[in-house]
Amino acid sequence: MTDPTGGAFESARDSALAEVMAPDPPAPGSRRSLNWSRRRKSAGEVWREFWASGQGKAGLIILVVFVAMALLAPLITSSEGLKVTNALGNKQNAPPSWEFPFGTDNDGRSVLTLFVWGARISLFVGIAATLVAIFIGSFVGIIAGYAGGRTEGVLMRVTEWFLVIPFLPLAIVLASVLSRSLSTIILVIGITSWPGTARLLRAQVLSVKERTFVERARALGAGHGRIVGRHVLPSVLPLVFANLTLTVPIAILSETTLAFLGLGDPLRVSWGQTLGASFAAGATSIGAWWYYLPPGLGIVAVVLAFTLCGRALEEVLNPNLRQR
Amino acid sequence: MNTRYVLRRVGAASLSLIFVLALNFVLFRMVKSDPVGSLFRGRNVSQGAKDRLRAEFGLDKSMPEQFIAYVKQTAQGNLGISYSTRQPVSDEIASKIWPTVLLVGSATILSAIIGVFAGIRAAWRRNSAFDRGSTGASMFTYAIPDFYLGILLLAFFAFWLAWLPTGGMETAGGGGFVDTGKHLILPCAALAISYFGEYTIIMRSSLLEVLGEDYLITARAKGLRDALVRKRHAVPNAILPVITLFALNLGFVLSGAIAVETVFSWPGLGQATQDALKGPDYPMLQGLFLLFSSAIILTNLVTDVVYGYLDPRVSTP
Amino acid sequence: MSTASAADPAASERAVVADRPLLDVRDLHVTYSSREGEIPAVRGVSFTLRRGETLGLAGESGCGKSSLAAAVLKLLPQGTKVEGEVLLDGENVFTMSPGRLRAVRWTEAAIVFQGAMHALNPVWKVKHQIAEAIQLHDPIGDKAAQARVGELLEQVGLPGRRADAYPHQLSGGQRQRVMIAMALACKPHLLIADEPTTALDVMVQAQVLALLEQLQEDLGLAMVFITHDLSVLTSCCRRLAIMYAGRVVEEGPSHAVFDHPQHPYTKALAAAFPTIGDMRFRRAPLGLAGDPPDPRELPPGCPFVPRCSEAIDACSDAEPALRVAGPMRSAACIRVEADG
Repeated sequence: MTDPTGGAFESARDSALAEVMAPDPPAPGSRRSLNWSRRRKSAGEVWREFWASGQGKAGLIILVVFVAMALLAPLITSSEGLKVTNALGNKQNAPPSWEFPFGTDNDGRSVLTLFVWGARISLFVGIAATLVAIFIGSFVGIIAGYAGGRTEGVLMRVTEWFLVIPFLPLAIVLASVLSRSLSTIILVIGITSWPGTARLLRAQVLSVKERTFVERARALGAGHGRIVGRHVLPSVLPLVFANLTLTVPIAILSETTLAFLGLGDPLRVSWGQTLGASFAAGATSIGAWWYYLPPGLGIVAVVLAFTLCGRALEEVLNPNLRQR
Repeated sequence: MNTRYVLRRVGAASLSLIFVLALNFVLFRMVKSDPVGSLFRGRNVSQGAKDRLRAEFGLDKSMPEQFIAYVKQTAQGNLGISYSTRQPVSDEIASKIWPTVLLVGSATILSAIIGVFAGIRAAWRRNSAFDRGSTGASMFTYAIPDFYLGILLLAFFAFWLAWLPTGGMETAGGGGFVDTGKHLILPCAALAISYFGEYTIIMRSSLLEVLGEDYLITARAKGLRDALVRKRHAVPNAILPVITLFALNLGFVLSGAIAVETVFSWPGLGQATQDALKGPDYPMLQGLFLLFSSAIILTNLVTDVVYGYLDPRVSTP
Repeated sequence: MSTASAADPAASERAVVADRPLLDVRDLHVTYSSREGEIPAVRGVSFTLRRGETLGLAGESGCGKSSLAAAVLKLLPQGTKVEGEVLLDGENVFTMSPGRLRAVRWTEAAIVFQGAMHALNPVWKVKHQIAEAIQLHDPIGDKAAQARVGELLEQVGLPGRRADAYPHQLSGGQRQRVMIAMALACKPHLLIADEPTTALDVMVQAQVLALLEQLQEDLGLAMVFITHDLSVLTSCCRRLAIMYAGRVVEEGPSHAVFDHPQHPYTKALAAAFPTIGDMRFRRAPLGLAGDPPDPRELPPGCPFVPRCSEAIDACSDAEPALRVAGPMRSAACIRVEADG
């Protein structure tokens, strides 16, 4: 059942794709070693270095602002503003004014309200879906990497299958077959995103498995559970965390697209849903820029922020990747 | 080229295909409501008529039998009849393939070309203003959903400036090369701008890694000119991940522009998918899903084989 | 050869030269520039090599020996500061025109790199890589080139069919032989072997060494053999130069240097690679504590002081120059003057 290429192509392909958002390789002529940092850094060290990097700082600040806005939504503007019935008296598609800083939508609702409350759903779905993907992916990846042999072969084959399924069509199909709700969306994103994590973690576990401290533990008679829990997991956890920060933006973008196409829960306002509504209302043709600019820019900001944080985190955890 | 390698890849692809078929089959059987019943929502139809229709659609047999029948049908190119138009799904799909291929194909090629050249330049002049600018631009465009970029472009160029058409593939009653071209510009730009960043980053990263390799020093030591060192030794190695990416992206040619097609009312498979969703027109959705997945499986297979040819480390043990 | 004098023996040797040496390194300084500042890798090295002569260059990692090798063919990375001269058959490599430099590379002198896994292009077949070297300097057409490739492979003891292989399909020893064959492609007068046996198993090491010795004899090559393993140098090199912290700290005939080292560093180095069966190693302390110094932060005076078992106070005053330590020998140690 062993792959004669030794998975070389997969890893070549993976590293090619993983490089998409990865930080730079070292300068030509300098020493190179693309292993993750052998010495585990303390959490304090990680934080300090993270904060010291420009992109980490910027990303985190933007994130904090948006998350705060999402959490404090009730304080900024009442959720009553989301109800169409409450907006009956308002002028529809009105430009920004003192009363409505972001203008109104096609139903007369304040776009600011939609923006602030939409952040909640967009962020929530993005994070929840990522957690699902990471959970499944880590599980599969760690077991595949650790167990090896047939188990690994079978699991990686299954992973490959899931990689083949195109995300959007699957989402559309599932939305038509199941109910249109947040859980469906989270499920769909989770199902299509876990293979990436699985592959990454399997590669990492493979490299950790051969290290001396694991062999030592085995020689001392440690059981599998102990080895995984005490040795494999701590080495793999930082990678999981970095992967998480880079998967969330993908999940958020996915939710946005799905909601835009009307596949989300029609009653839940998210940034993507607002964009979809604005498009359906012809906001582009009537020039109602206040309707589609805020949600879109919000998405761009949040996705950028997560990506910056993810990159900064990867650089901290793997100093060899840092710019020279 | 190693035949065993190719055969293994074909085998894997076949398994994936079977998985997709099974998934396709199971998903639509999960539909709780009776598909025949929902066709005639609200209308009174005799039980006999319904039974006849069920038999016509083959819905009266057991699950495994239905699956085998489904696979057989599909192998023969019969993807069923569309619920809404009562035309064969394969015909419906065939008429909509070309617009999508035109749009996404041209956008993929464009983004690859821009990305590769930008990536090479960025790597060659590392840390220059161009380098930093292109990396920043790549990250920024990656963060913009492709359809959103479409909306912005549409609002600015088509509605505000009125330079370009606001949707569709042709002007009503008109047509022709130039006309289609004009309609193609915005949606193609939206996709190309969204995705060139991937290529830039990968090409740059890959070239930087290769530039640090010892075999380039060997080449220089042999007396080779710098330009030739780059062309003959550096780029062939550096371009490998980019080719992989390009080939894999081709797989998504058919399914990748659903949202953008919606924004620009582009009459392709994306729009067909959206329309099918409204029914829901299950045979249509099933056929489209199968087509999208098969395209990916097929391009993955071709990618694997081509990559094996380009990088001997993978195909020759 | 020249007679040693109380002054700098290298200078007087130069003065007496009747026929031009093939390689003449004069007070070479190589300084890398990096984000963290400047790194002086070579700090004033001089030596000469005649046709057919063999020189062993030994030292730990970071002592500057590889930088020295790269400097000979001007293969240093862009932005590296170089002072001094490197004369290849009388022509200064650093003042040559780019075209002349490219013509000289591989035809006058060729380098056999270490770690041949990374020194060979992974996506080219071996025969094409060797043929490229041939065609670059003497375009003789494909067939003739391939024939020559076959000859070269035979010369290094590889069967002809290996020519069709890719680097990853060959063993470490085979790859090293390919590197050697490629280096000989243009019949150079000088061969610089930069740690050619380092990554190999002991058995394979011996084979490659034997090959190099054989080739050197048969072809009359001048050779510079760079390594950190002193013991391999005694058989294949007539003369030995030991480097530490970017400078030559001892040089002389290899057996003399190995058997009776004058510089404390050489003593430690010789002891670190014991010859099995030689009684001396039974009792002499092995190994050398500490690490090579950071070239950016060299201590005042002799850079070896922190690890030297024979250091005295005066050692930290000034960096000792090479002093005469015997017939055609020199060492850069303050004690040598006292003893010699």
